[in-house]
Amino acid sequence: MAKQNIRIQKTNIKLSGSERKELKVSAIENGTVIDHIPPQSVFQVIRILGLDNIPNQIMIGTNLDSQKFGKKGIIKVSNKYFESEEINKIALVAPSATLIVIKDYTVVYKAKVEIPDNIKKIVKCINPNCITNHENIPTKFIVIDKADLQLQCHYCEKITKKEVMNFI
Amino acid sequence: MKNKSLVSIHDITKDDYEKILNLAEKFEANPRQKILDNFVVATLFFEPSTRTRLSFESAASQLGARVIGFSDASTSSVKKGESLKDTILTVSNYSDVIIMRHPREGSARYASEVSPVPVINAGDGANQHPTQCLLDLYSIRKTQKSLENLHIAFIGDLKYGRTVHSLVIALTHYNTTFHLVSPVELKLPSSVKRFIKEKNLEYHQYTELEEVIPKVDILYMTRIQQERFADSLDYERVKNAYILKNKMLENAKKNLRVLHPLPRVNEITEDVDSNPKAYYFNQAKNGVFVRQAILATILGVNISN
Ligand SMILES: [Zn+2]
Repeated sequence: MAKQNIRIQKTNIKLSGSERKELKVSAIENGTVIDHIPPQSVFQVIRILGLDNIPNQIMIGTNLDSQKFGKKGIIKVSNKYFESEEINKIALVAPSATLIVIKDYTVVYKAKVEIPDNIKKIVKCINPNCITNHENIPTKFIVIDKADLQLQCHYCEKITKKEVMNFI
Repeated sequence: MKNKSLVSIHDITKDDYEKILNLAEKFEANPRQKILDNFVVATLFFEPSTRTRLSFESAASQLGARVIGFSDASTSSVKKGESLKDTILTVSNYSDVIIMRHPREGSARYASEVSPVPVINAGDGANQHPTQCLLDLYSIRKTQKSLENLHIAFIGDLKYGRTVHSLVIALTHYNTTFHLVSPVELKLPSSVKRFIKEKNLEYHQYTELEEVIPKVDILYMTRIQQERFADSLDYERVKNAYILKNKMLENAKKNLRVLHPLPRVNEITEDVDSNPKAYYFNQAKNGVFVRQAILATILGVNISN
């Protein structure tokens, strides 16, 4: 587990009543929980992380009640830990998501996802004349504005903004 | 810069510009030296640009290099559907450096990443054309004796003009005051203005050409293309508003020079050509010396003064 970009908020968190109930229902022994995903982004998160292509046990819940967000999605992946750069990609579609790392039924890390400095492969370049839209080339962007989510294409140098962002 | 590709003006520093311009001066004094006679230079023009290709080929030939390549993708294997990567990998077997022009933006960056030999970008779509930018800097420095503290006017299509964007960004290193003259539809984009603002430099925007002429050291003219306008009436309205005529230069400063990346259509009338302030044909000639300097630098060849 790479530690950069992950803010450690608490370790060995004492579980409050509602969390305890939820974790009891579907607790995992070891692995990663991604909580507070907007329901409409759950399947994008699955795709971005390539969860449809791994053999691990995965539990997916969506449209669950959330005190903070009304409705939320949650994904629990057993025996899988992500590089922070990889998990942070989901911040593009689920900026509110929380990453929880579980070892031996205990929360060892809990942090909000953060938008990374570079984005590879998952976003399409907005420029129809960009070489990445015409040859078999994985896209690559530099995040030039994290608050407003603006990505500059490493190849054509054009800027793709949040409102027009398309995922591959 | 030895063995490095030149893809974008963002790749090189102010220090690099100056090294290239200084070396270009030496080539201007002595353009025919057989320092590249052990080298093969490939010019891959996936879209035709006769002017740029001839300038590069002249630069390379005058230094004794062999030039191979194609001038139009329709006559090459690209037409048969070969990927850009395969073309670059193949040609890199035959040459020491690849000069490439391609209609797609980002193609040169990608080529530089897959190529084992350095790539010089001779224009990737509407994105970058760094050698044009360097020859513009050379022409400005040569005519004004220095690049520092100048007043420079850009006229015409400032929105889509790739040469304008790169040159504005490069000039922000030299405390330039910018005078931006364009129709409202074709103003300099905020992504480029950002560079001016970051350096706290002054810029002024105009829609009329005449009032700016007495204020500036350089008039950088560009062509306004009809296809930039959705409505042809809008084009008709502005197409004649940015034409430079000789009599308009009467109140210009003595040191003013008129630049244009060429080809021109009608934006500079022919009566300007004989005015000593007209510098655009010399500017094109300077392109050869600057490209010689870039080739020699990238190939790591020194010249004996
Ligand atoms: Zn792009």
